[in-house]
Amino acid sequence: MLDIRNLHASVAGKPILKGLNLSVQPGEIHAIMGPNGSGKSTLAGVLAGRDLYEVTEGEIIYKGRNLLELSAEERACEGVFLAFQYPVEIPGVSNTYFLKAALNAVRKYQGQAELDAVDFLALVKEKVQLVEMNPALLNRPVNEGFSGGEKKRNEILQMAVLNPLLSILDETDSGLDIDALRIVANGVNKLHTPDNAAIVVTHYQRLLNYIVPDFVHVLVDGRIVTSGDKELAFHLEEQGYDWVKEHADTAGQPA
Amino acid sequence: MSTEAQEIQDLTGGEYKYGFVTDIESDTVPKGLNEDVVRLISSKKEEPEWLLEWRLKAFRMWQQMDEPRWPNVAYEAIDYQDISYYSAPRMKEKPKSLDEVDPELLATYEKLGIPLREQEMLAGVAVDAVFDSVSVATTFKDKLKDMGIIFCSFSEAVREHPDLVRRYLGSVVPAADNFFAALNSAVFSDGSFVYIPKGVRCPMELSTYFRINSSETGQFERTLIVADEGAYVSYLEGCTAPIRDENQLHAAVVELVALDNAQIKYSTVQNWYPGDKDGKGGIYNFVTKRGKCAGVNSKISWTQVETGSAITWKYPSCILSGDNSVGEFYSVAVTNNMQQADTGTKMIHIGKNTRSTIVSKGISAGRSQNTYRGLVKISKQADGARNFSQCDSMLIGDACGAHTFPYIENHNSSAQLEHEASTSKIGEDQIFYCNQRGIATEDAVNMIVNGFCKEVFRELPMEFAVEAQKLLGISLEGSVG
Repeated sequence: MLDIRNLHASVAGKPILKGLNLSVQPGEIHAIMGPNGSGKSTLAGVLAGRDLYEVTEGEIIYKGRNLLELSAEERACEGVFLAFQYPVEIPGVSNTYFLKAALNAVRKYQGQAELDAVDFLALVKEKVQLVEMNPALLNRPVNEGFSGGEKKRNEILQMAVLNPLLSILDETDSGLDIDALRIVANGVNKLHTPDNAAIVVTHYQRLLNYIVPDFVHVLVDGRIVTSGDKELAFHLEEQGYDWVKEHADTAGQPA
Repeated sequence: MSTEAQEIQDLTGGEYKYGFVTDIESDTVPKGLNEDVVRLISSKKEEPEWLLEWRLKAFRMWQQMDEPRWPNVAYEAIDYQDISYYSAPRMKEKPKSLDEVDPELLATYEKLGIPLREQEMLAGVAVDAVFDSVSVATTFKDKLKDMGIIFCSFSEAVREHPDLVRRYLGSVVPAADNFFAALNSAVFSDGSFVYIPKGVRCPMELSTYFRINSSETGQFERTLIVADEGAYVSYLEGCTAPIRDENQLHAAVVELVALDNAQIKYSTVQNWYPGDKDGKGGIYNFVTKRGKCAGVNSKISWTQVETGSAITWKYPSCILSGDNSVGEFYSVAVTNNMQQADTGTKMIHIGKNTRSTIVSKGISAGRSQNTYRGLVKISKQADGARNFSQCDSMLIGDACGAHTFPYIENHNSSAQLEHEASTSKIGEDQIFYCNQRGIATEDAVNMIVNGFCKEVFRELPMEFAVEAQKLLGISLEGSVG
C-alpha cells in the first residue's frame, strides 16, 4: 500500500529526514517511536502533503502512485488521513457542517453520490457512538473550546466518518489522561480492518498497550535505526532512547 | 513571493461576475453642476416648488463645504463638473405593468438572478426596481395598498404623498449634514419611499435592487422609510453594477424614522464593481445612512454585507431618541485586491435606557485596506444606556491592512459600555486542516470566512443570507489556491 524509499525532507532548509525507508501493507499497524526532534512529525506532515516540508530526495509510492505528486486534498480523497497532534480550531463553523463538507468532498472525488443531510446525520450518529463522543460537540464550532481529550476524540470521529485507507496518528496520545487514551485507542481499533493500515507516531510506549502494533520502528535523527515487533516498544520503555542511539551509532545503516 | 502568498493572490483575484452593460438608450443631462442643472432635474421630475427650494438650499450649502479628508481611504480628487447628474431610461410613458417594461431591462435582472416575474409570483417579495435613476417597475403595490402601506419610487411619493415626504425628508439626515449628503440633497434623482401605517406589520420583505448602468453617471439615490406607531418593516437593498473603467460616484442617502413601538430592519448586500486587480475603475460608494428611533420602545436594525465598490465610506447609524429604544448594527465588510473601505456606525444615545449593539466583521485580502470606524455617544440625559461593541478583523495574506477606530463619548456615569476587538489571520494551519480532510483550499477559505461572519449572517433574512454567503465566496474567489 505504502512504500517510502530513501526519503529525505527538510524544513526551511534544515534536513530532518535523512534516508527513511518504510513499507506498509494492508491490515498492518506500524508504530513509529523516537526521541523528540527525530523527525516523527515531519514524516507525518510529509505523508499528508503539508508544504512546510520540502522533499529533497527519495520517493513515496502509495497505491502504485507517486504520492508526492498529489495535493494535500487529493491525498485525503485517496484515503490518506492524518490525525493531528494539535487539531485546529475553526470558529463559527459547526463540527457537523465541517464533517459533511469533508465527507462529500471525498465522496465526490471518488465518484460517489454526495450524502444528503438525513443520510449524513444517520452516519454521524453511528460514528459518534463508536468513538464515545458527546453528541453535543457536533453542534459546536470545530474544536473551539474543546478539551484536549475532546479534540483528539474529534479527530478519531473524523477518521471514522471519512473511513480512510491509511491513517497516520501523530502523537494522538499526547495530552490525554488514561481514560481518554483508552477511548481514543478503542476507536482506532474498531476502525481497523484487514484492508486498511495505520501508522501510529508516538513518543511513549503507553499508547501501544491499547493499540497493538504489528511493527515498531525507532526513528533517530531522520532515519529508522531499528525495527521489531511490540516487544521492542517495551524494551525502549525500560532502556530509553539512549540505548537505541548507541545501537544506531554502532550499527551504522538502518535495516 | 512565497507559495502561500502566491496562492492567496490567486484565490483573491476572482473576476467580477456581474460585469455587463445593458444597451438601453438613456436620457442624460450634460456633464457639470450648477443651479440650472438642479432646476432642470427638478423640472424633469415635475417637482413642487418647495422641493426645488430644498434642493437649491442644499446645493448652495454644498458649494460652501469641503469633501471629507478624515476617512482612511485614498483616491484621486473627484471633478464634480465632469459628472452627469441625471440619467433616465428613455420611455414613451410609464409602464403600467411588467409587460410594458423594456425586455432588455428585464433580461438584465435575469442575468443577475432576479427574475421579477418569478419573484412576483413565487417569492412574495415586492421589488421597486431602480434602474439608473427612474423606477421602472413596482410590484405588489396593490396588495400593500390594501393594508395602507406605501411602497413606491421617491418621485411618485413626491407626487402622491407630498405631505409625508415633506414632513420627514431631511428629518434624520439634514440637507447639510455632510458634503455627500448635501450633494445628494441637491441632485438626488430617485429612490424608494416606504410608509407603514400605525399598527401594521408589513407582511413581506420589501426589496429594492439598485443597479448603476449609464456610463459616467453619478447615482444619487434617496430612500426614506417611515414606520408609524407600532409598525414593523423589513427592507432589503441589494446592488450589482456592470464593469467599466471610469470611476463612478455614488452618494446615496437613506433615512429611517421609527415612531413609538415601531421596528425597522434594514438589510443590505452591496456588490458594486470594485475595480480590477490593480484598482482601475470601480464605484466610489459615499453613502449616508441614518435611522432615528424617534419613539419610545422603537428599534432600528442595520445589517450590511459589503463586498463591492472601489471605495466605501459608509456609517449606518442610529439616533436613539425615544426612551427604551434599541439600535443595532451588524456588518460584514470584505475588501480584496485594491479595495478600500472605511465603514462602521454611530450609536447616539439620547433617551433613557437605550440600548445598542455593534457587531462588525472586517475581512481584508489582496492589497486592500479595511477600516472600522465607530462612535458610541452617551448623552447626559441618557440614563441607563448600554452598548455592546464587537469588532473583529480577519486578514487573508500579508499585503492587506485592517484598522479599527472605535470612539466612545460618555457623558452619563450610569452607562454600561463593553467593547471587544480581535484581529486574526486566516491560518495556513486552518487551510491545511481542511485540505487534509479533502476540502479544496477555495472551499476552505469560504468556509472559514463564513464561519467568521456567522453572527452577522444570522441577522439577515433567509434568502439574503444564502446570497450573501455566495457573494463572499465570489468576492474571495482565487484568494488562497
